[in-house]
Amino acid sequence: MKARVTISLKPGVLDPQGRAIASALGGLGFAGVEGVRQGKVIELDLADGTPPETIEAMCRQLLANTVIENYRIELA
Amino acid sequence: MKAAVIVFPGSNCDRDLAVAIEKVTGTAPAMVWHAETALPDGLDLIALPGGFSYGDYLRSGAMSARAPVMAAVVAAAGEGRAVLGVCNGFQILTEAGLLPGALMRNAGLDFVCRDVALTVANAQTMFSARYDAGATIRIPVAHHDGNYVADAETLDRLEGDGRVVFRYAEDVNGSARGIAGIVNAGGNVLGLMPHPERLIEPAQGGTDGRALFEALHAALG
Repeated sequence: MKARVTISLKPGVLDPQGRAIASALGGLGFAGVEGVRQGKVIELDLADGTPPETIEAMCRQLLANTVIENYRIELA
Repeated sequence: MKAAVIVFPGSNCDRDLAVAIEKVTGTAPAMVWHAETALPDGLDLIALPGGFSYGDYLRSGAMSARAPVMAAVVAAAGEGRAVLGVCNGFQILTEAGLLPGALMRNAGLDFVCRDVALTVANAQTMFSARYDAGATIRIPVAHHDGNYVADAETLDRLEGDGRVVFRYAEDVNGSARGIAGIVNAGGNVLGLMPHPERLIEPAQGGTDGRALFEALHAALG
C-alpha cells in the first residue's frame, strides 16, 4: 500500500520561501499571485495493512514538526 | 568538569567546540558518536555542535534529534545535567523537544555568515553568569535556518520567565523578538544560534565567546 503525506506550514507561520516564489512569479509576469505557501510531499511504500495510527505516529514523531507544520495523510 | 561533545554525521563544529571546552576547562571532552546508545558516566556537560547533520534532510536537526544517542541526552537533561546546543545543536534541541519553538529558514533567505551584536538578556544562568546583564557582545553566526519561531504564548512565557538568554542587537534572520538563545524551564539546557566556541582566544579575532565556557566551568567544577 502507498500513503502520501502532505506537509504544510501552519497558518500564520512566516514562509520566506513561499514569499520568494510569489515574488519570482510576479517577476515572470504572472499577475494576481496573492500568496504562495511551500510545503512538501512524502510518499511512503508500506506493508499492506499498516494501520492508519502507525502512519499518524510517523508524522508526529518525524515527518512533520507539529510546532510549525500541519500534515495530511492520503492512502492510495 | 566532565564533558562530552556529540558528533553527528555532518557536524562540522565538533572539534572547535572540543577545543574551546579543553582550553577553558583544562580537560578534553569525550567525543561521542551519534550511534551510541549510552553516554559516558558522570557527565557534567553535553554539547551538541554546529554543522549540517544529515545534510539538513527533512528539516535542520530533524534526523539527528532521533539519533540513537539522543534518548540518553534527553534523559541526562531530565536529570538536570547541562546541555549546550550551538547552531545545528540548537536546531536539534528544538526538534528533540528539549527546547520550545522551531528554527526556520532565515527571513531574508540568505545564509548569514558574519559577526553579529548580541545583548545578554539574562546573566543569571549557568551559561551566561560570566557576562554582564545587558552587555553587548559580538559573536559569529553561520546559518541558513536561524529564524526562531514560536507561538505568542510561548514567546511571552520565555520572556516572562527570563529564559531568553541572548538576543540579537541587530536584524539577523527575522527571529521572533530577536531571540538568539534560550534555556529550558530548568535552566540547564541552552540552545543558541551564534558560535561562542569560535571566539575564545585573541588569535581568533576576539574573546567574547570565552565567558560562556568560563561560566560553565565555574558552575560545574
